[in-house]
Amino acid sequence: MSEPVNPPIIRIRGLRKTYQTGKVSVEALRGVDLDVPAGEFLAIVGPSGSGKSTLFHITGGLTPPTAGEVIVAGRDVSAVGDSGRTELRRKAVSFVFQKFNLLPNLTARDNIRTALFIAGLPVDKFDPEFESVIDLLGIRGRLDHKPFEMSGGEQQRVAIARALATKPTILLADEPTGNLDSRNSEAVLHLLRDLNERFHQTILMITHNAEAAGFAHRIVRMSDGQIVREPEVVI
Amino acid sequence: MTFKLVWENVRHRPVRTMLSILLIAVPVTLILMLIGLSNGMLEDRTGRARGGGADLIFRDPSSSAVGFSAAALSSKFVPLLAQEPHVVDAVGVVNEPIAGGIDSVTGIDIAAFNRMSGGFTFIEGHTLEKPDDILIDRYYADQTRKHAGDTIKILNRDWRVAGIVEPGKLSHLFVSLPLLQDLISATGKLSQIYIKLDSPERTPEVEAALKAKFPTYQIISMKELESLLSVDNIPVLKSFINVVLGIGLIVGFAVVSLSMYMAVLQRTREIGILKSMGASKGFVMGLILAEALIMGLGGTVLGIAFSFGTRAVMHVFVPASLPQAIVLAWWPIAGLVAVGAALLGALYPGMLAVRQDPIEALAYE
Repeated sequence: MSEPVNPPIIRIRGLRKTYQTGKVSVEALRGVDLDVPAGEFLAIVGPSGSGKSTLFHITGGLTPPTAGEVIVAGRDVSAVGDSGRTELRRKAVSFVFQKFNLLPNLTARDNIRTALFIAGLPVDKFDPEFESVIDLLGIRGRLDHKPFEMSGGEQQRVAIARALATKPTILLADEPTGNLDSRNSEAVLHLLRDLNERFHQTILMITHNAEAAGFAHRIVRMSDGQIVREPEVVI
Repeated sequence: MTFKLVWENVRHRPVRTMLSILLIAVPVTLILMLIGLSNGMLEDRTGRARGGGADLIFRDPSSSAVGFSAAALSSKFVPLLAQEPHVVDAVGVVNEPIAGGIDSVTGIDIAAFNRMSGGFTFIEGHTLEKPDDILIDRYYADQTRKHAGDTIKILNRDWRVAGIVEPGKLSHLFVSLPLLQDLISATGKLSQIYIKLDSPERTPEVEAALKAKFPTYQIISMKELESLLSVDNIPVLKSFINVVLGIGLIVGFAVVSLSMYMAVLQRTREIGILKSMGASKGFVMGLILAEALIMGLGGTVLGIAFSFGTRAVMHVFVPASLPQAIVLAWWPIAGLVAVGAALLGALYPGMLAVRQDPIEALAYE
């Protein structure tokens, strides 16, 4: 594996994850090594069951690893408990999901304010930098609408805004265009790329869509719980 | 922001929220209604005793201040008591329970009663004139839909309603004293003797003198009667209220628990979203408990409103038998029971929410 130029914001060594279902053990990750430098837009691709979602979940602190070392934004995810992973999600990483996952009862503005509130940040006024993110995402006119009043593309852009509101070190995107039509998919991918370039936002995106992966700086391919190819430079 | 999250959740599912609040209101209503009935019936009895115009009551040693006792007091005490210093009048009556003890009919000497109480105010009809005449007060007349001239069956015999009087004097139903004594085989016997003094200020003095002279008999001032006829002084009633409180707590607990369990299930995905944003276990538990608190408070308010409703219904249908008071002092107690049950009921669903795996929660459809 070629060493990245910048120091890694994500450093993974010998990562293993085994799920126990009754008496059956399923090895989802079988020794993954990966470095992601700060400011990189990385795509992880692979078929269903390849382990890319498990890698995503462990990196985001949603589930603990079975073995190995996972350092995310200076925090050793493999060494902390549930509260440590909660703190990682609160302070260092944010998620964008395929199904948008906006809180359905709240307006777009209140969805964003909820993320700020949980992170312990001021909720009454957005800071100027985040205001420019809202403009970039083109959702200013939709802030007082609830999710059911918005199109899928708008919901995903609000989800991206909510994820970026807390200024996370890493943005984790799980099939962010999976529920969008091609026009909205392209718009969201362009936005992710813009956010990466303008704000140097580190983005780790998992996708099974080769076209979507093409927007990333690098693509990592997974199969059977392992990285099967060295990271390939796209751009 | 926490309030907004909770409030929007509550608003988002109005049917579930209203059903939960309604169900929590049931035990609150039950508690306030039964407490109101206990207090109302006791206040009614005290008020009617006061309305007789007496300052003291003389009773047999074996009689109960709370329940209806058999006529065990000799009527010979009436002239004896009337001769005591500062006593201007002594009037003996007989009380006989009817309708399973909820009401009673009182046997009076109409002339003596009028002398002591100032007489009845008639709404319809006239005073007791014939042996089978009965006077009923407005509450009892409303309850039984009777008018002067109608027939009423009490103590296994028919009575003619001679008149309908304003309530508040001793009883809801009045018949001739000798006739009632004869009917219940208590000739020459009384339930109690009402004593009127030349000045109410002399009550303690005369009470002490009578107690010294008749040490085994009960001599009760109107003030003492008020305290005797309170919920705290009736052990059976107190136990009954505690049972009702316990039922209220259990019903409230079960209702909120079920409601919150459903709410947690419905919101599995939302809880997963909050967890993915870094919401702590305490934060999620706080949301669940805050929602339970809102439902508990809502149930309390609705239960209080319903207790006014039950009072209105009782007043229309059974104003004489079941007068319900509104007991403000019990509002916070009923509220505590409802909120306590709501919070307790929310604990288990809250624990489920807190323990939810965020990945499974996010995948929940």
